[in-house]
Amino acid sequence: MRDLLKYGFMFIVLSLVQVLIFNQVHLGGSINPFIYILFVLLLPINTPRYILLLTGFILGLVIDIFSNSLGMHAAATVFIAYLRPFVIRIISNREEDRNNYPGLKQNSFSWFLAYALIMVFLHHLVFFFLEFFTFTHFMSTLLKVILSSLFSVFIIIVSQYLIFRE
Amino acid sequence: MKSLFRYLLRNYAFVLFVLLETLALTMVFNYNSFQKAKYLNSANQVSGMVYNLFNSVTSYFRLASDNRELAEENARLRTLLGNFLNRPVDSLSLYEPVIQSDSSFRITTARVINNSVNRAFNYITLDRGRKHGIKPDQGIISSRGIVGVIGEASESYAMGLSVLNGRWSISAKLKNSGYYGSLHWDGTDYRYAILSEIPLHVDIALGDTVETSGYSAVFPEGILIGTISDFTEPDGENYYSIDVKLAVDFKSLSHVEVVEIFDKEELKELEMSRD
Repeated sequence: MRDLLKYGFMFIVLSLVQVLIFNQVHLGGSINPFIYILFVLLLPINTPRYILLLTGFILGLVIDIFSNSLGMHAAATVFIAYLRPFVIRIISNREEDRNNYPGLKQNSFSWFLAYALIMVFLHHLVFFFLEFFTFTHFMSTLLKVILSSLFSVFIIIVSQYLIFRE
Repeated sequence: MKSLFRYLLRNYAFVLFVLLETLALTMVFNYNSFQKAKYLNSANQVSGMVYNLFNSVTSYFRLASDNRELAEENARLRTLLGNFLNRPVDSLSLYEPVIQSDSSFRITTARVINNSVNRAFNYITLDRGRKHGIKPDQGIISSRGIVGVIGEASESYAMGLSVLNGRWSISAKLKNSGYYGSLHWDGTDYRYAILSEIPLHVDIALGDTVETSGYSAVFPEGILIGTISDFTEPDGENYYSIDVKLAVDFKSLSHVEVVEIFDKEELKELEMSRD
């Protein structure tokens, strides 16, 4: 119950912060950070996969409705929600006893950095290529993906130090 | 059958993933039909309210520039009005209305509560909706020039496609020569759009004014779009490729006006019957 409240609150706050603040950020014309996926990143490891997928879809859809980009955020977020268990398995040592919470506080910095980088990059890749739809601007879109991913990861890491410490 | 069922059950995550992903991609690719779904755009009551609330706070930071802009527009309108009232009356003046247009129109003011310039398809959300007379396909303009077109309206909010949206193009003409073409945004720089279909024999120069043609029934004729900032004559083509510097600064939109053209339906019917 406490978890439900906590993650529900996080869902709302991250959605609002994304649509009200970070949707307005466009540094140098090519950097648009999407930090709301921090929600998908931080769900406990033992979260059932259908909950992971469904909350990912709903979160993406909420962002889509606010930004009139119907389906794009939903597709990208469901994609990383599905891949999350595989990403965690790949970057974790088998012997290590994994913590149930994939936050920065509960894990090493390098683990969280790798985790955030891979997840954010995959999400941004799907999103930006869906948005531009064609591969004609392949290089410029890829540059956008990379720069925005780096910026998003930076914000996510900073936010971990500032807010999600508990 | 049984083994298929067991397989699906074991891989339910994958099945659910495929289902949700298909649903999302269907929305992306059938954008237009889903856009019409009432609650799936930023004009719905909840997102409209959130944006409106947030904007009512942040708009204080823009008061100074907003006021200056309004004062400038006031001055310009007063000059126009003064010139209009002081004209010597003769029979010819009847044929020169201040803004030339085929039909009369009504203007509703609105506040921009959400706006983007960094997406491939940019939208604006307004704090006026159906109960204020806003309907889809009405034009959005500001004191500086054209801004966009209304896409969908809920009871109290409306969502519009800005000029910076590749999903539509605007019928534009050159003020000097009267030649018209189509203006669209190529998704790169929010300050520039591209004017095409101007034939090579037309004389154009840098700085020429581009304005609405009045052929589309969305905007009245003669609303400023921008000025020519660059043009080339592509090899083997009959038309210029023209870069237009947009008159409106889309990064600092705050107050806009929605134009309703009264004879629009009639105009549409007429165009349909002619085709």
